[in-house]
Amino acid sequence: MTEAEVIELIDSSLAEEFELERTDMTPEANLYDDLGLDSLDTVDMVIVLEGAFDFKIREEEAIRAIRTLDDIHRFVLSKIEQHS
Amino acid sequence: MPLNSVVITGIGIISPLGNDFPQLKKALLAGSSGVREIPELEQVGGLRSRLAATVNGVDPKQIPRKFRRSMSNMSIYAYLASQQALGMAGYPDDLLDSGDLGVFIGSTLGSTATSESFFLDYFRDHSLERMKTGLFFQLMGHSCAANVAQSFGITGRVLSPSAACATSSQAVGYAYEQIMMGRQKAILCGGADEFHPLTVATFDIMHAASTHFNQQPEASPRPFDSRRDGVVCGEGSGILLLESETNARQRGAQILAEVIGFSTTSDTSSIASPDIDAMVKCMQLALQDAGLTVADIDYVNAHGTGTEQGDIAEAKAIQQLFTDQVPVSSLKGHLGHTMAASGTIELAGCVGMLQQQQLIATRNLEQVDELCRGIDHLQQNRTQSVKTILKNNFAMGGINSTIILRSDLND
Repeated sequence: MTEAEVIELIDSSLAEEFELERTDMTPEANLYDDLGLDSLDTVDMVIVLEGAFDFKIREEEAIRAIRTLDDIHRFVLSKIEQHS
Repeated sequence: MPLNSVVITGIGIISPLGNDFPQLKKALLAGSSGVREIPELEQVGGLRSRLAATVNGVDPKQIPRKFRRSMSNMSIYAYLASQQALGMAGYPDDLLDSGDLGVFIGSTLGSTATSESFFLDYFRDHSLERMKTGLFFQLMGHSCAANVAQSFGITGRVLSPSAACATSSQAVGYAYEQIMMGRQKAILCGGADEFHPLTVATFDIMHAASTHFNQQPEASPRPFDSRRDGVVCGEGSGILLLESETNARQRGAQILAEVIGFSTTSDTSSIASPDIDAMVKCMQLALQDAGLTVADIDYVNAHGTGTEQGDIAEAKAIQQLFTDQVPVSSLKGHLGHTMAASGTIELAGCVGMLQQQQLIATRNLEQVDELCRGIDHLQQNRTQSVKTILKNNFAMGGINSTIILRSDLND
């Protein structure tokens, strides 16, 4: 997958799960303040991403530092790169 | 300690006959049926009944996702009905978190559909890694009550009675007692259930589900009729806002009816089959609670599900107390059996009868079964003065419940 395809899969998966408007999903959007997610949503977000990309990330320390959509993009891209 | 009078100031309805109180009233008066054939039931092996009374036209997306994620259909119905009840009562938003308002809403089970969906996935590989956080909140026994309290920010007492078909009758009765004693000023109370084939199967395996009218859905169920052949399972939610009369009058709320009597008892003769004497006792205790005699009752709204044994027992119990002097009908011929919601959806129907001074006949009651005779069965709607109504709900598990409503407060 290209980087753009990865980002699109992340965004479309999160948009579907959390009923987000794609226009609000800018890279700098804060998951909590801008997109309205909460702690339960972040648990579900991990499950959605694991399902979309067929990897396991729930034990990753780096997830705790994620704040923006771009943080997710970077995290997933690095994870894919590690496995390639 | 003086006891408070308890009144109904709001009604919310999600039902097979419409999704608000005015629609329900109109459909009941018109003699409409909410029963339909459900083709998907043909796919369920061993299931003979193809009928259900399902809810239509509900848009769950009216509910913000943050609240909806922990809801199955039953909580969605309870939320929408609660919203209607609060709106009708004009209950102020700033009193929702006062602690004076409680939520007493029950269901028969947690969500069977959610449970099925989870286990279908789980049994693929016995992995819990795909389990999302909303699952438990849909499975828990107090899902409807908790979801309503959370969504509206209601901070008073929360109770989730679970007594199958008597659930919402008990919810109203317990709310009435709490308000009467001054423990809460107001309580959103009632029940909700969602349709699932397991509910139909539960009755079908006991030969208590309707199976002979699959091609004529509107001809079933047939409470007290000689051709009745069982329950038609339904779904929905009925929510009443009960308040102390004092609170309602201080707010200037419109009073729809008064709750004046309640009883609930355990019938230990059988977990599945009702006992006549236990039904009589339950009705007597409700009359005693209300300080009334049988002569004060203008109409009896029967549980009347359309089963062989249940209808006979209830007809005989009513006959013992009221002989043929009080009109009797069941609303399940119109609504099917909305399970945990049946008590409050049908109580709402009773409030409609008080408002319109018109009694609604039992739909599909064409020829009264010989064994159900001896009472004044309503086979046509009847216009008459009606002030006091006794309403029964008799549930699997041997749980009986009776509520008494009155139209006016001061005479």
